[in-house]
Amino acid sequence: MSRYTSATEADRRAMLDAIGVGSLEEVFAEIPERVRLKRPLDLPDGRSEQEVYEELAALAARNRHCEAELSFLGAGMYDHYVPAVVDSMLARSEFLTPYTPYQPEVSQGTLQVMFEYQTAMSELTGLPVSNATLYEGPSAAAAAAYMAKLETRRGGLVCSRGLHPHARAALRTHAAGYRMQVEEVPLSAAGATDLDALAGAVDDDTAAVFLQQPNFLGTVEDLGALAEAGKRTGALVVCAADPLPLGVLKPPGELGVDVCVGEGQSLGNRLDYGGPSFGFICSAERFIRKLPGRIAGETRDVDGRRGFVLTLQTREQHIRREKATSNITTAQTLNALAGIVYLSWLGKRGLVELGELLLRRTHYARATLGLEPINPGPVVREFAVRVPDLDALVERARAEGINPGYRLGRDYPEYEDGLLVAITERRSRTDIDRLAAVVAESRAQVPA
Amino acid sequence: MTEVALTIFERSREGRRAFVAPPADVPEAPLDDLLPASMRRERPAELPEVSEPEIVRHFNVLSRKNFDVDTGFYPLGSCTMKHNPKLHERVAALPGHARLHPLQDDDYAQGALELMWYLELALAEIAGLPHVSLQPSAGSQGELAGLLLTRAYLADRGEERRKVLAPDAAHGTNPASVTMAGFELVKLGTDADGGVDMDDLRAALDDDVACLMLTNPNTLGIFERNIEEIAGLVHDVGATLYYDGANLNAVMGIARPGDMGFDIVHYNLHKTFTQPHGGGGPGAGPIAVSDRIEPFLPVPRVVRHAGGGGAGPGSDSRGANGAELTGEAGIEPRYALEHDRPKSIGRLRGFQGNFGVFVRSYAYIRSLGGDGLKEAAESAVLNANYLRARLAELSDYLPIAFDRVCMHEFVLSGSGAKRELGITTKDIAKRMLDYEVHPPTVYFPLIVDEALMIEPTETEPKERLDDFVEVVRSILEEAEEDPEVARTAPHTTPVRRLDEAAAAKRPVVRQPRG
Repeated sequence: MSRYTSATEADRRAMLDAIGVGSLEEVFAEIPERVRLKRPLDLPDGRSEQEVYEELAALAARNRHCEAELSFLGAGMYDHYVPAVVDSMLARSEFLTPYTPYQPEVSQGTLQVMFEYQTAMSELTGLPVSNATLYEGPSAAAAAAYMAKLETRRGGLVCSRGLHPHARAALRTHAAGYRMQVEEVPLSAAGATDLDALAGAVDDDTAAVFLQQPNFLGTVEDLGALAEAGKRTGALVVCAADPLPLGVLKPPGELGVDVCVGEGQSLGNRLDYGGPSFGFICSAERFIRKLPGRIAGETRDVDGRRGFVLTLQTREQHIRREKATSNITTAQTLNALAGIVYLSWLGKRGLVELGELLLRRTHYARATLGLEPINPGPVVREFAVRVPDLDALVERARAEGINPGYRLGRDYPEYEDGLLVAITERRSRTDIDRLAAVVAESRAQVPA
Repeated sequence: MTEVALTIFERSREGRRAFVAPPADVPEAPLDDLLPASMRRERPAELPEVSEPEIVRHFNVLSRKNFDVDTGFYPLGSCTMKHNPKLHERVAALPGHARLHPLQDDDYAQGALELMWYLELALAEIAGLPHVSLQPSAGSQGELAGLLLTRAYLADRGEERRKVLAPDAAHGTNPASVTMAGFELVKLGTDADGGVDMDDLRAALDDDVACLMLTNPNTLGIFERNIEEIAGLVHDVGATLYYDGANLNAVMGIARPGDMGFDIVHYNLHKTFTQPHGGGGPGAGPIAVSDRIEPFLPVPRVVRHAGGGGAGPGSDSRGANGAELTGEAGIEPRYALEHDRPKSIGRLRGFQGNFGVFVRSYAYIRSLGGDGLKEAAESAVLNANYLRARLAELSDYLPIAFDRVCMHEFVLSGSGAKRELGITTKDIAKRMLDYEVHPPTVYFPLIVDEALMIEPTETEPKERLDDFVEVVRSILEEAEEDPEVARTAPHTTPVRRLDEAAAAKRPVVRQPRG
């Protein structure tokens, strides 16, 4: 049964009369008999709201979430604290249930949110132009690759192995359609992108170079030097970044980066087992007409009042069709709202204070664990270490309700013994010390 | 409302704040020792400095400038603006869902993986195709996936084809996806009945065609009556048939794309399966495919290993067997993400997809059941045909394009109103805003002059539809008296018509620095 419809028997009769048919069957006669489904859908019967709640709650209870264990997992999504004000704003029907703002006169709320979001992302990345979101991080990198193809008409993509493994995978998947080739540049012994290898990989057919700041291992890259090497032959320099550490890091736009993309989850979005969050893309001014997706712009109404509209729509699929800069339509507007509410809550000073807290706790954690770092240089929120007996550590930590981090061997054969540890503001010194104690106990048992 | 629209940046006052940092509990090492000055930001990002009460006021006031489906009728064609059940927000917010890290070990995410498994199974049954990947983030990414799957499938057979066909009435995403997947678009015409022009199709089909993309019912709200013949012709040249699921709401439980001969389908969970639209996302665009396309699906895939003592894990075979949805007594299956699939096109995006959307869609399917989904489709079609019939008798100003029984939506042409009354479809749409209903989709599909595309959805009661008819009547009557009323509408909204040309000419896309 559908409890979300409201036609009564009397309504139905009146409506069928108005249509001029005796039954709905006459309407469905439009569908050729041979393709009609002649049995009920083989799905369980509908259930009451209470039963559905209970079923979903039982499923949820079988997941070990970040409040049910002490988690040092990061690797692209982070357990930051999401303030209540974010939940409160996102729950408003007026933000939750409209469509894309096609009628700007009754969508000023959403359009202004987009404009404010774009402003904040521009501030964080140091680039003047932002769109109003892409889906998420890795596909945003793929979107930047398409932009580079349109801009340069070249076929090569050079990407650092410091780029998130999922972003590298998404680049390869999309490159098959873009008719482009992807070449990877290795990381140095210090866990940073190998500058010479990057310089050597770039040639006259390189459309874009992909870097990540901080990189997947947490290393703060020497972005300026890498960007300079990357654009030697006229390629676009694309940097993937997590926006939260950009509160303390030199913005990519000040270091020669043309396009900054990334995963926005850390800005006020929940983990949600991987989505929905938002992806972002910001660029230098000259690429504004090649950007994918929606962009909100400021204008005036007929009475001279300030207002906002979706602008530069001639880039987009509903107008330009096969010549569009992207096929994207609906993206992640509600998640961008979470982002701008969160950034307003943190504020100009809070973003820096939080960044410095993460910086200090992360370096404290790296020193306290006492394991050999893969990336001994500067890190902001995450670092990689080698663990002599990783299986034993994971097993012991698990038994104590600790998730010690991400096993790098899942994506990097060269770091089979590597562990990637993320420190958010929700991981206190006491939490870090607990992990360190488990590491120490685990090492004590490893035969010399 | 005459209030000036200040941005949150303009509300900033130095020294205000909402955030208080957790205590500094680790040694206060000098920053220079941790991060060299050359890598540090020299001046803070210019974020606003605001207190929590001001944040709440600001965004609450903004929200009230939006029109939304919880407030009123929103018959936006092709967008399926149905009710978003409130239970779904509650279950999506459970910590076991909302706070679950995407890289949690499979053994500690069994509830999430089981939910995904059963959602795949249910979607497979609804589409009539056996294999589902939930990964694509939205319909357009599902389309791109479908075309990349077609490319991989053909390459596996040693073929490379260049062309993809799509009707001229297709959503703009279709042609855009064709180009991004590296194919050339060939447009097909629409015949006098509103279906694919079969002569055009026959002429276009050859062994260089990789795929035909169709929406069925199509964007005119009309069911392709020749679908079996179309499928046969497409398969005869070795191409795939792609189903754009934007309009699936019309046929749930009534007809299935798989049974029509489609090889690849995408769903829009934010249209058909009640994910709130969020003012432009998030959504999700899972895909379903036939056996021959399955090896190429994106990774990771959700797999189920049969449990039970000593039996050893073995990949469970799945059929479109709904009985499984209630589980098998005594057996504890184990779910896992499988990454190692040599023929896969790879990843489209990070992690497993928009899981929060899956939770809501799963809750919807469980609430309605098979019968309820069918009833939803029937009511959507009933509502659309009722509204079509009522509007048809209203006047000649807004003739119905391709006047046939429709499915879940239909298209009016504003050509009569433009000619006789001197008001355009845009004027009618803008005047509707004053009546506090959202206008239909306008100027789409492109093949209808001054198009108004109307999709009421199943969740609107008859009296809302009747009210809408009266709104249209009133607008047309006003225009007979004085067309300026519509031409200068809206009159009651927070802002009136906005200068889009000026916005595009000199784009201001961020708040200038103060």
